[in-house]
Formats: sequence, structure tokens, C-alpha cells
Amino acid sequence: MLYIPPAPSLATRIFGLRGWLAFLAAALTIFVAVPLANLVAPEGSFLHLSDASVALIGKLFCYAMLALAMDLVWGYAGILSLGHGIFFALGGYAFGMYLMRQIGRDGSYHSDLPDFMVFLDWKAYPWFWSFTDHFAYAAALAILAPATLAFVFGYFAFRSRIKGVYFSIITQALTYAMMLLFFRNETGFGGNNGFTDFKRIVDYPLATPTTRMILFTLTGACLLALILVSRFLVSSKFGRVLTAIREAESRVMFCGYDTLSYKLAIWTFSAAICGLAGALYVPQVGIINPSEMSPAASIEIAIWAAVGGRGTLIGPLIGAVIVNGAKSFFTAAIPEYWLFFLGLLFVLVTLLLPKGVIGLFDTLASFRKERAR
Amino acid sequence: MRMLRLIVGLLLAMSVAPAMALDRETIAQLTGGDPDEQHRALGAAAARGDLSAIPFLRDLLADRVKLAGDKAFIVDGDKVVDALERTPAELPADAEDASTSNSLRLAIEETIALIELASPDRAARLEAVKRLQSAELDESRVALLAKAEQKERDASVRDVLRQMRALGELQSADRVQRLSAAQALRTTISGRVREALKTRLATEDDGEVRVALTRSLRNVESSLAIGENLGVVFSGLSLGSILLLAALGLAITYGLMGVINMAHGEMMMIGAYATYIVQNLFRAHLPDHFQWYLAAAAPVAFLVAALVGVAIERTVIRFLYGRALETLLATWGVSLILMQAVRSLFGAQNVQVENPAWMSGRVFVTDNLELPYNRIVILIFSVGVLLLVSFLLARTRLGLFVRAVTQNRGMARCVGVDSSRIDTMAFALGSGLAGLAGVALSQVGNVGPDLGQHYIVDSFMVVVLGGVGQLAGAVYAALGLGVAGKILENMAGAVLAEIALLIFIVVFIQKRPQGLFALGGRQAD
Repeated sequence: MLYIPPAPSLATRIFGLRGWLAFLAAALTIFVAVPLANLVAPEGSFLHLSDASVALIGKLFCYAMLALAMDLVWGYAGILSLGHGIFFALGGYAFGMYLMRQIGRDGSYHSDLPDFMVFLDWKAYPWFWSFTDHFAYAAALAILAPATLAFVFGYFAFRSRIKGVYFSIITQALTYAMMLLFFRNETGFGGNNGFTDFKRIVDYPLATPTTRMILFTLTGACLLALILVSRFLVSSKFGRVLTAIREAESRVMFCGYDTLSYKLAIWTFSAAICGLAGALYVPQVGIINPSEMSPAASIEIAIWAAVGGRGTLIGPLIGAVIVNGAKSFFTAAIPEYWLFFLGLLFVLVTLLLPKGVIGLFDTLASFRKERAR
Repeated sequence: MRMLRLIVGLLLAMSVAPAMALDRETIAQLTGGDPDEQHRALGAAAARGDLSAIPFLRDLLADRVKLAGDKAFIVDGDKVVDALERTPAELPADAEDASTSNSLRLAIEETIALIELASPDRAARLEAVKRLQSAELDESRVALLAKAEQKERDASVRDVLRQMRALGELQSADRVQRLSAAQALRTTISGRVREALKTRLATEDDGEVRVALTRSLRNVESSLAIGENLGVVFSGLSLGSILLLAALGLAITYGLMGVINMAHGEMMMIGAYATYIVQNLFRAHLPDHFQWYLAAAAPVAFLVAALVGVAIERTVIRFLYGRALETLLATWGVSLILMQAVRSLFGAQNVQVENPAWMSGRVFVTDNLELPYNRIVILIFSVGVLLLVSFLLARTRLGLFVRAVTQNRGMARCVGVDSSRIDTMAFALGSGLAGLAGVALSQVGNVGPDLGQHYIVDSFMVVVLGGVGQLAGAVYAALGLGVAGKILENMAGAVLAEIALLIFIVVFIQKRPQGLFALGGRQAD
């Protein structure tokens, strides 16, 4: 008789004991420690966390979501997208439309229309702005618009078996074209300047600490939830098939799997995550413009994942924090060296650290075990 | 009103000033500051065909005329002469500049041209007619043109004069004149004639003239449209030739070697900066031979870019063969480093690269079709480079080895090909070609640190569309994309054209996943 071990319960499948403890610690930090340090701890005390720091961490969380989305498609399914910035920016623009309408008549022209439309001498909102004054619709649009675009593009691309670098280059061309499109004033998204100068969200002023803290905890909650869902996905049979596709797509096909639908599913899901990240990013950072769609911005997401270690879920989150932390440091202290550093990071990580920082820890751990023996 | 003035001026000139030379009164009228009088004097001078007035009119245009009391002086450097006598004179202390308004300057220029219609020199007459192309044509001027036409012996000058006169006579009150004018303009292909025919047609009552006008208008419009379309095709070919230069190197590194080089655009940038340096060296050390600096810049750019390519291949790409996605990321990093290095060395601003004298200027084919020399030179240059590369790949030992390594690396090594050396050489060749593309780009566009970024997406599209593995695909794809892009741009604007082309490529790849020219056989992974 063949012994079939009992399937692990859902909870143990997602995380081990240490994993759950770490998850709990992260949740406590986000929902208790940070709000307390920001809102309750008196200013000047060393426990106090400034508003700027909260905004920065919130921004990093959005980037972490992007890295997570990138990891799902690249690390698990082997699809390197150089156009994830589109989905992020689309989410941002979709929710930005709502924020723009919340400005109401407080713009510098005191018109019902956003300033840039007054400037273009438009008399009414274009059709794609309809209903964006409803929060729920805008929030849904922020996720559905990128997902739909990804679904359509992915369907055609995967159907004709465009893969590998071909796919990467076409996504890059796509984001380049979208950037050009959004740079045009006539497109109706504010051209060069994009959307900025937001005032309110669901009629509450954006600039108060409470609003900011709510946004922050919301972002944290979304990030934690996405980690759980992603963990669930990659540890399921679905995730196994994805990994198999990454390793040898033709063989998976020969085994009778419809690889198109697997790839399309993870691709669309990944785009939806990017849209959500964009929607959370805009109110916290206060600006969205076409430069988010530049090929350089998209390829940077890939390097976050690579630095942290793709195919590990937690690695890309660490990578996003490391790279963006370095970016904040460099652009403030020695801006002319930032591109040198980033460029070297691309080269060295691909040459020397194919498994990223996480891989480095693993190597160190096994090395120690060797010596202990 | 102005016409009336000129007629009056004409009559006055005939009665009052029969003398055939510039006189003090004309000078006083011209410099008097009363616009009516000035135009009248100019009309009179033109009517007299007064060649002796030209030097003074030119002085007026060049702001060399100074006035003191009723006397006018010409001041040229430290030399001062009396305007009338042309004898050396002392400039009075209270002399003031004679002022010329813009409309007066235009009228002076046209008057000079009208007078020069009587010049004994054929070339000067032809030049004068050309300068009158956009002049306003009132009755007095039409009369002058008719007079000049009668005297004219040279057929080509007479033709142009006839056309000019017809343009003026379209407004004539005499229907016979209008009719013959409308017929005469049939073969004059210019935007001005089209507008003149259209405006006349809108107000014309006479049926026969209307027919002639319509017929001429149709003829002119279709000829103009041909010129316009040819212009679009030419600019498309020109863009295509630049894309081709950019994509040739990629066709070798990516198409043949399978290496994604995201720093390819930066190789172009390096080529353009090498051109800039060579230009500066020539300007500093060989100013006499400055116009030939490009001949030196091309090999220098090729070598510099090729050397940078060798360095990249030896330090980075070598270790990533067979890992295309990693190569992509690593070379992107290299491109960032190169861009920032150039920015640190030369500054973030664009640098100035000049066209040599023989490359500036343009060929006029028809009124609305002009072909700039620099674009023609680039077109020829890219054809030359293409021939050189295909010769290199098809007929030389290196080319043979490159193809052998591409087709079957293991087997090539077995028969003694040093494949790693071939990799380096091929990559150097690809990079050097990008350097050459940079030389060409420096002649038509801005040279700045992010020059390569603008072309990298397009040139990859060329390679993707053309198919991997051979040059022919890249050629057709580059020219096709260039021409299609310009045609679409003409219809819908640059951005929409870019997007339309991208969608086209994605759809195209649905049908032919391996590009235009796929190599036969199957691949397995």
C-alpha cells in the first residue's frame, strides 16, 4: 500500500510557526505600534514617529506590493514584465480622477472642472471621467482598469506564445507608448503634470494626521492580506503548475495543462495588485504623473525583486525596501552617484547574487551548518 | 488704397522726374519718414527701372544711411560718403539714423528685385524673379512684369515672368486676361498659386473663366499632393535609414548572438559623443579641414563604441550567455552607468554638433518638396553600412565563424572555432555599428546623455518585427516601420502613430511569431 500523507491544513500550508509569528509581529507593528508612535507619543520623544516617516513607510508599502506583484509573475511564472508601471500608474490615475473631483471648486480657477481642463478650455468632463466622483466606482476602476488591460494584452501575447525576452521587450514598448499617450494634454489626464494638489478624500481633508494614519493602516492591511493570498496561491497546486511553467513550459503543455490560462490568471492578478498599489499610493504621495510609466520606472521594479530574491515572496518586499531606502539616501546626499549605484546593483545582483539577499542568507545558513557538523 | 497711391506715384514720377538717375528729391522722400511718400518714391523708382537707385536702397536696408538736414550720408565703417554724389564727405555731428519700418524694408527689397528685372545679367534677373515669388502683385507691378517679359530673351526667365504676371492678372477686370491667366497657371505648382486660384474661384462670375480656373486648380492641387506624399515617403525613408543603422547592430547582437543588449542605445550615444569630440579636435587643430571631420569621426566612433562593447562583453555578458532575462537586466544597469558617466563628463545639457557645410542645405524638387542634404547623406551612409555588414557576414572568415557559432555552438567549437573570441568580436561589431548610428544621429538630432533612450524601443521593435537571425528582415522592417510611421504621423500625429505601430506589431506577431523572415525549422526548449 502506498502511503499518502494527509494534506496539510490551510494554515500550516501558508506559513510555518515562525512565519505566522513574524506575520503577527508585522501586523502588530502596523496596526498598533506605528499609530501609537505617530499619534500618541509626544513630539521630540525618541518613540515619536514623524508624519513624514509615516508617509515614507506608506509609500514603501505600495512599492512592496509592486514588488510582490512582480515576483508572482517573474519569480513564479518566469514572465519578466518590463511594463508593470502601466498597471500601477493606471490604478493611480483611476483613483486620482476621484481625488481630482474631490477638490471641487477649490482649484485655482474655482471651476467645477480640474485646473488643467480649464486651462485646455474644456467645457465638460470627457466620457471616461463619468461616475469617477463616486468613491466605490473609482476604487473598483483602479483595480479593474489595469486588470482588463492586462487580460487583453496578456491573452493576445500568451496566445501567440510570445515569451522570454520577446515578451519583456513588448511590455517595455507598451509602457513607452502609454507614457507618450499620457504625456499628451489632449488625452485628458493632465499631460506632463498629471494629477496633484489633492485636497480631500471621502470629504475628509487629506492633510490631517488621522486621515494619513487611516490611509497608512489601510495600505498595511492590504499588503498583509496580499502576502497571505499570494502565499496561498503559490503553495497551492496552481502555484506548482506556475513553477513548472517557469521551468519548462512545453513539457507542462505536453502533460495536458492549458498553460495559457495559468499564465493569464497570474498575469491579470499581478496587474490588479499593481492597480491597488497605485490607488493607495496616490493619496499618500499626492501626485501621479506619466513618468511612472517610463520604461526606467518599470524595470526598476524588476530589480527590487531581483535584489531581494525572486521566487520567495518575502525577498522582493525586502528588495523594494533596500533599493528605495538607498534611493532616498543617494538622491538626498550624493545625487550624481545614484545612477552609478543603481546600475552597479543591476550588474552585480545578476552576476553574483542570482538568488538575491534571501539567497545570501540561505547560503550563509547552510555554510554555518557545514561548519557546525 | 495702396494701389491708388502707387498709380499716383507712377504718374507723378513720369511727369515730375523724367531723369534716369537717383536724385536728391527721391532720397528725401525715401528717408522722410512719411510712409505714403516712401512707397510712392519706391513705386516711381521701380517704374523707371532705375538701376542707379539700387546701391542707395541696399544701404537703406543695411542701416548705413544717416541724415543731417536735407543731406543724406552713407556710413560704412569709418568711411563716409555723400549719398547722391558718392564722394567722400564729413559726417555732421547732428546726423541721425534713417529709420526703416518692416513694411518699408519689404517694399525696398521688392523694389530692388523689380528694378533688377532689367539687369543685363541673366542670373541676376532669374534671382530677382525668384525673390518676387511672394511679393504682392498690384496693377503697376503687373504692368512692370509685362514690360520685363516683353524684353526678356531667355525662355526660362520669361516663363517665370509669365506665371508671375498671370498670378497678378487673375484679379484683372478684363475677362480675357483672367482667362489666359487661369490657363497659364495650370503648370505652376506652388501653394501660393493654389490659394490664388481658390480665392478667385470663390468670386468669379464668368462661366468660361470658372472652368479654366477649376481645371488649373485641379492640376495644381494634384501636383502639390504628389509632392507632399513624396515628402512624407522621403522622411519615412530617412527615419527608416536611421532605424536601420540603429537596428543593424542589434540584428547582430540580438538576432545572431541572442544577447539582449539594453545598452545598445548608449552605444549610439557614445558614437554621437565621439563625433562631438572629433568635431572639437578638428575645430581646434585643423580648422581648414573642418568640413571633413565626419570622415574621421565615423571610424573613431566605431572604434570607441566597439571597445566599450568589448569591455562590456568581457566583464558582464560573458557570464550570462543563455540567461537572456538576466542579460537584459545587467545591460540595463550598464546603460544607466554609461549615461551617468557621460552626464558627469560632458554635463547633462545637450552638446552642439554641427553639420559640415556640404551637408547643410537642401535640394528643391518642387515648391513643396525639399530634401535636406544631411538626410540624403544618411540614407546613402546607411545603405553603405548595410552592404559592408552583409559582405562581412557573408563573405569573410569572421562572418563565417559568427554564422557557425550562431547555428551550432558545440559543433563550431568541435571544428576548432574559438567561440568565445567570436562572441567578443561579434559583440564588438554590433556595438561599433551602434557607434556609426550615433554619428548619423548627431547630424540630425540633439546629442545628449539620453539620446539612446529614444531609439532603443524602436530599434528593438525593428528586430522583433524583422525576425531573428538575418539582416534582410531588419532592413525591410526598418524601412517599413519608418515609412508607415511617417505616413501615420502625417494623418494622426506622432504619439498616436507610435501607438498604432505598436498595436500593429503585437497583432502581427500573432500571425508570424518569428517575425517577417523566420528561419525554417523548429526550436525546442
